[in-house]
This record gives sequence, structure tokens and C-alpha cells, in this order.
Amino acid sequence: MVYGVAHDFSIAMGHDDSTKLPSNSKMNTFIESVLVQADYKPERLLQMLRAVQAQYLHIPQMAIEQLAAALHIPRTQIIAVAEFYSFLHLTPQGRYDIHISDSITDRMLGKEKLLNYLAEKLKVKVGQVRADGLVSLNNTSCTGMCDQGPAGLVNGYALTRLDHSRIDVIVQLIEQQAPLSDWPAEFFAVDEPIRKPGLLLNQPFNSGAALAATFARGLAETLAEVDSSNLRGRGGAGFKTALKWRTCSVQAATPHYVICNADEGEPGTFKDRMLLDLYADQIFEGMTLCAAIIGSDQGLLYLRAEYLFLYEQLQRVLQRRRESGLLGRNILGRDGFDFDIEIRMGAGAYICGEASAQIESLEGKPGIPRVKPPNSVICGYQRKPTVVDNVETFFAATHIAIQGGQWFAEVGTPQSTGSKLLSISGDCARPGIYEYPFGTPIEDILRDCGADDVMGVQVGGPSGTFISSRELQRRIAFEDLSTAGSFIVFNSSRNIFDIVQNFTDFFAHESCGFCTPCRVGTTLLKNQLQKIVEGNGAAVDLEELSELCLIVKNNSHCGLGDSAANPILSTLASHPELYLNQLKQSSFTPGFDLDATLAVARRMAQRDDDAAHLSQVEN
Amino acid sequence: MSGTLCIDGIAVPFSDGQTIIEAARTAGVYIPYLCHRPGYAPYGSCKLCTVKVNGRTNTACTLPAADGQTVISNSPDLQHDRQRITQMLFVEGNHFCPSCEKSGNCQLQAVAYHQNMLDNHYPHFYAQRELDASHPDILIDHDRCIFCNLCVRASKEKDGKEVFGIAGRGIHKRLIVNSPTGKLKDSDISVDDEAAHVCPTGAILVKRSAYLAPIGERIYDHHPISEVACERAVLEAGAATGYPSCDQTKLPQNGGPDSHYAATMPPAPDIKHGR
Ligand SMILES: Cc1cc2nc3c(=O)[nH]c(=O)nc-3n(C[C@H](O)[C@H](O)[C@H](O)COP(=O)(O)O)c2cc1C
Ligand code: SF4
Ligand code: SF4
Ligand code: FES
Ligand code: FES
Repeated sequence: MVYGVAHDFSIAMGHDDSTKLPSNSKMNTFIESVLVQADYKPERLLQMLRAVQAQYLHIPQMAIEQLAAALHIPRTQIIAVAEFYSFLHLTPQGRYDIHISDSITDRMLGKEKLLNYLAEKLKVKVGQVRADGLVSLNNTSCTGMCDQGPAGLVNGYALTRLDHSRIDVIVQLIEQQAPLSDWPAEFFAVDEPIRKPGLLLNQPFNSGAALAATFARGLAETLAEVDSSNLRGRGGAGFKTALKWRTCSVQAATPHYVICNADEGEPGTFKDRMLLDLYADQIFEGMTLCAAIIGSDQGLLYLRAEYLFLYEQLQRVLQRRRESGLLGRNILGRDGFDFDIEIRMGAGAYICGEASAQIESLEGKPGIPRVKPPNSVICGYQRKPTVVDNVETFFAATHIAIQGGQWFAEVGTPQSTGSKLLSISGDCARPGIYEYPFGTPIEDILRDCGADDVMGVQVGGPSGTFISSRELQRRIAFEDLSTAGSFIVFNSSRNIFDIVQNFTDFFAHESCGFCTPCRVGTTLLKNQLQKIVEGNGAAVDLEELSELCLIVKNNSHCGLGDSAANPILSTLASHPELYLNQLKQSSFTPGFDLDATLAVARRMAQRDDDAAHLSQVEN
Repeated sequence: MSGTLCIDGIAVPFSDGQTIIEAARTAGVYIPYLCHRPGYAPYGSCKLCTVKVNGRTNTACTLPAADGQTVISNSPDLQHDRQRITQMLFVEGNHFCPSCEKSGNCQLQAVAYHQNMLDNHYPHFYAQRELDASHPDILIDHDRCIFCNLCVRASKEKDGKEVFGIAGRGIHKRLIVNSPTGKLKDSDISVDDEAAHVCPTGAILVKRSAYLAPIGERIYDHHPISEVACERAVLEAGAATGYPSCDQTKLPQNGGPDSHYAATMPPAPDIKHGR
């Protein structure tokens, strides 16, 4: 399967005439090949659309019609999917489709200036396709390269460490229409800086060791070890892993599925990237032993689109495991234990990290979180019992299967056993991956990564908690500061509002739009915050802002809406004076930006020169 | 499973498979809703029916009723949030009730009245949405769509077609039509389809029927939505009179079973005629 190589390095750019007016029969043949490759399975719709997008730079109407007919699904489903995911489009994108990561860490590294420079050099506006169709330029949510930003994507492939000189070269390469395979390899280089390995990263491992240990000990006994390890899910919610596996194993409905959640969309998180890059064998082994325990013969790895660069090498690891008898039929010679893993790519949607949204996405639909109950353990993929676990959870399970539960439980705190991988970025000398026992105080971590002059730390990404420099004794633990791995450091030169606005905009951009409070509320939050930050808010607006935070938080359908107001709520709590100082003092100044309200008028009059702006008129 | 749950101090019996909202409705206890419709698969998107069940927030239209549940629906906090959520729907789309054909028969409008909503509270979004008047008998005014998904479910589950879908992400949600052109006229909808009549707002309208009932003689002109919703359920179930309170502090109900509305209800709930 070559879905992953949607944008194959080897494809010379300028595909063929197909990008302009695809000839009927040519497109038919291409779509047919895509269908064959997907075995006509509608659940692989996303993979098919990724291939179509790569070939035709959008999802043409003809493709929609052909896919709908062949898959027996309504065309509305295909349109809905194409509109839901950031990297699928109904109108053609550039042959070089560039996205620049808009994470706060990228911004701190000068991303805005670089983006403007790139836009100017390429003569294309951000959010647009150049008239000749050669290039399109856009912002995108965090690409998971916060330790080596400013980062971006070209035709889906990660670009790291962007700077002015690299941009000069990139612009040249694009104008020359050089295929990506001719671009300097270092532009695509992804480092995995492991700064502090601990309990898990230091463990030696031989492929098959955890499975052999599991079979030797017995399945029930191994589940008992996972239980006594007290391992809790590393994807954020901290659900007890053994309980999830046991519940799934006793479900009567068959088949059972194992899903590895490699969506890693929380800005500032990149530890799953490192694990998939360097420890893939151990993750697949964790999935396989889970399969043995819950009785599953089919596993899925949901890989976020931004990690396309990992796709080929992950396929090779899978292939190697098949050849060594660690996947496929009668694994390790155990009669009747069959299990295989399929990699499916996402297409740009943070919400698809939420387990039930991910399942919807894996079924070829928009990633909209399901109504619960029932939980996916009981009614998951294809409405069958399903275990969804984070990459790091499977990684830990592999070593628990080898070393036993006690070994793991001795580390950390009673409620948060074992160690946690942190992705550290922002204002510190040594960004990268760190492994700590749970219970480690923030101040120790800051010392290790070389952060002085700390103004605050965002623990757990935008959906987590902002802590000020007065709270650095707090600890990484489910019972104190819970995090899936994101850890962003800010020094005293940073503006808190820049941070909060970036996070709030992120949630508005990523809301799936299913429920009213999150769909409408996240946009209202964004606008209300902007009003205050720009100095147009009165005291009543601050009240309104905090009320709105609570409405979104208390009434939303899923965890996204539940945490969308966290950046505002936690900084309102830690820095109330900041917000108060931002309010308009006099009672008679207008509560809105008069110039901005004239934007519509300016657009209608087709002018945007200085004279058309109020501030100029007043001077 | 059947049994009794307690909603705002009222003991409410339920039967197998009922959600909280349906158990409540049948017992004459109104919990506001928009994306729910009796006889339809639960969807849970509008969040109007948000209640506290044993202290935890949940949607009454999706959560199965269970014996012994304690449900709070009419607390000041929940009512306040409900009003705000309704206001969000009003600013998201474009709802000019005084000139809308659906006025008086519109559930969104009626729910707003029920919540004593006096203004939009939030800044208006001024969404730009197109009208689809292509079909000879049916009109889509996208300005009034609240993405309740009822037309999608109606077409699929009741009409055995798939005329509608909801596309887009976040604030860019939009209702789409399953036809080669995207226009309603090229879809296989028929004016007799349930999907043509199910819309709780004025987003999908049957042409030439808007003023068959003049303003002032429409369903919510005379009866609050709390009554209409519950009376209909009581009629459907052929159901009985009062339910005992489950504690001393019996709270006031919205339109109880003793209301006079039952007498004027049409014999069977028929969505194809105006509501
Ligand atoms: C908006 C949202 C995004 C999420 N993103 C991720 C993610 O990228 N990776 C992940 O493992 N879990 C993510 N989760 C948590 C998953 O829903 C789920 O709890 C987790 O994958 C379960 O695995 P675990 O028990 O091993 O942690 C997200 C949850 C929400 C609400
Ligand atoms: S659809 Fe309902 S709420 Fe919207 S304008 Fe019409 S009557 Fe008013
Ligand atoms: S058109 Fe009406 S029924 Fe359909 S989603 Fe919109 S509001 Fe709901
Ligand atoms: S829109 Fe996704 S949580 Fe509401
Ligand atoms: S009626 Fe329950 S969420 Fe809409």
C-alpha cells in the first residue's frame, strides 16, 4: 500500500496535465487504482482521498462521483470528509503546497516574520494559491517539531529549522520546479534529541521479548502484571490501562480491535514522534501483546498526517516483524494467534486524537466525537469492542510485560506510577525529550533543560495548565499537573496574551463544530479575548469573557470544548491584574474598534490604503 | 429495564430503552430540546437538553434512563446556560423572526420564548449563506439552519434516502444536499418526504404553504412549547395523570398533564402539517 507516499518524493512536480483539465478516462483509471488499492473498503476513504488530493491537488467532483458509486456511500459523506480535514481540499492547491506551523513555539522562534518573508518571496498571499498554480501557502496547527522549529510542511513532508537562508533556497527550488527528492536532505532532517532517558528509554529490548514473556507467563498473568503496575493511559485522560484491556477482553461481541493513537495533536507534544521514529518495534509489540490479551486479530495505527515522513519506515518495521513471525499468522508459533497492523493516516484534524473521533475517522467519516455511553471499549471501531491507547502506553506495556508490574510500580507516586516522557520546548537551552519519574517537581525539570528567567510554563499543552513562576514546586503527576507530554517554557520577555490568543485561536480552528457551545462558543471566546487584548474591553467584557469560558467548558460534547477555555481560565486565575490593566479606563470611550468595524466598508469600496483607515484620518 | 427516576423533585417512571428526555416528556416534564425528536435516533448536538444526572453533566436526549437517577434540569445555572446556548444559535445564523414564514411554528423561536430570551446577547456573526430555491416545492434557507441534523436523519431513517448531509468543520459547518449539482432540485427528495417537514426552524420549508395558517393562529402562538411537547407525548402514550413527587420539595412543572392543551391537540402527531 502506498497511501502514505501520497506526495511521493519521486514524483516530478508538475504531475501531468491532469491538474488542469483531467481527462475523463485518465482520472477514471487513477481512481480505479486507488479503489483497488483500498480493496473497495469505505472505511479507507481518508486514505483514498489523500491519494486523490496528492494526484490532482484537490478532490475533483468527478472523483467524488466515482468513489461514491464504487463504495456505495452518499457523495455527501465524501464532501463532508473533504471539508473536515485541513489537508483535503475541494479546490486545487499549489503543486507545492506549503504549510507553516503556527504553534506558539514556532511564533517564539520568529515564525511570523518568516511566513511573511516567504509569502513576499513567493508572491503569494497566506491562505491562497498563486495564480499560476505552482504554489499555495497556509498556516497550520502545530506540526510536532517544536524542538526544531520554526517548522512547516511541503506536500505533507516535514520541514524543520526554517530560517531566511533556507527560505531563499526553497523559493528557488520551487521556482525551478525541482522535485522534492532534489531538495537538500537536511531541510527534511528530523532530530530526536533524547536529553534525559529514564526507566523506559534506557531499557534494552530484543524484538519478540515481550511477547515471549507474555506467552511464558500466561495471558491472564500478564494482564495481572499490567494491573499491578498501575499503568495509566499516557494520552492525557489517565485511565487505568489494565481495566480497559480487561473490559474489552470480556466483551462477547467479536472481533475486537486494537488501535494505537498516534495523532499527537496537542501543541508542544512530540514524544510519540520520537517513539515511532526510534522505538517503533516496541510500540508494535505492545499492540501485539494487547491483542493477545484482549483477543484481537486486527490492529490499526492512526498516524497524524504531519508525520508522513515516518510512514515508509514504519511500514518497513511492520514488514520485518511479519518476516520474523511477530505479526501475521500463528505469531511466535502460537497456534491460532493471528494479528496484523495496518497504518492509516490522518489528514489534519486535532479532534481526531479524541478516541471516538479517531474511530469515526478510521471508518472514513469526519472526526466527530461519538455520544457516550457506550464507550469505545464496548462499542468502538465498526461498533465492536476496541482498545484505543496512546503510543507511550503501548511502549510502557511492552516493558511491563518483560519486567513485571512491581518494577514499574516502584517508580513514581502511588497514584501515578512509572515514568513520563516530556516534550520540552520554548525558552530553554536544551529542548527535546526527557523522561522523569512521576512526581518530579517542575523546578527540577526547568533546571535540567536549562531554563532560567522563567515567567511561566504551559504543562499539558493548550488544553493543560499555565503555571506561573510562583508555582514551580508543583509536580508532574495525574494528581497534580497532568500532561500527555507537552511542556512549553516561557521566559519573562514573553507576552501572556500572545500565548493565550494563540491557544484560543487554536481551539476555535480545531473545534469539530458538532455541538453548539463549542462550535459557536470557541469563536465567541476568540473574538471576546481579542476585544480585550486590543484594549477595547470594559469591565463588563471581562465578566462576559469569564462567563463564556464556563458555558463552553460546562456544556460541550467532548474534551476539546471542555478544555478550550483553559488558557483563558488559567491565566485569568494566575494573572488577573494583566487582564484588568488591559481594560479601558474611561467610561466614555467607545467599546469597540471603530476602524475595524469599517473593514466591510473598505472591502466593498475595494480600498485598503492608509487613508481609508480611521487612525490616519484622525491624525 | 424500567423503573423510576427523579427529575427536579418529580418521580418519573420510564420504560425499557427510554432516554431521560423521553421519560420526562411522557410524564409531562419538559426538558427543552432542538436536535431531538421523538422517534428519532438520539444525536446530542444542540446541548439544550443539558441536565445534571447524579451530579454529572449530560444530555437528556442521549442518556438512557436508569432506575434511581437524580436529574436536575431547571436549576438557575442550567437555565442560564440554556438561554446562552440558544442565543449562540441566534447569532450564528440569521434569524429575522418578524419576516420569517416559520414564525409561530418555529421551535427555535418557541424555545427562546420559553427561556425568556429578550435579546441575542452575543455579537452577531452576519454569516453569509445562500438560499436554495431551486426545487419546485421545497425551499432551503440556510440562514436559519441550526445543524440539528434532523433532516439528515429523517431522510435516511424515515424516507430511506440520503438527501441531506452536514459538511465543514467548526464554525464553517454547512448543510449540503446529495445531488450532482448540490442543488435540491437535482436530488431525489419529494415533498411527501418526512425530511421536507421535519426542520424545527424555517430552514427547510414547503413552498406555498407558509401562510396557510396565518400568524397568530400558529401552534406556539397559543401554547408554550413546554406544553406542546408534553401534551403530545401524553396523547401518544395515552398516558395518565399526575406523577408523585419524589421528595418534599416538589418543584413547579412546565405545563403539567392537567393542562387544557390536550383537548385541542390533533388526534395524531403529524409532522407534515405545519410543525
Ligand atoms: C481533543 C482531544 C485530543 C486528544 N488527542 C490525543 C492524542 O493526540 N493522542 C492520544 O493518545 N490521546 C489523545 N486524546 C485522548 C484520547 O481520547 C484517549 O483518551 C487516549 O488515546 C486513550 O489512550 P490512553 O489510555 O493510552 O491514554 C485526546 C483527547 C481529546 C479530548
Ligand atoms: S427560523 Fe425560527 S428563529 Fe430563525 S428566523 Fe425563523 S422563526 Fe426566527
Ligand atoms: S435544515 Fe433544519 S432540520 Fe436540517 S439541520 Fe438545518 S435546522 Fe436541522
Ligand atoms: S464541537 Fe466538538 S466538542 Fe463541541
Ligand atoms: S436535544 Fe439533547 S443535545 Fe439537542
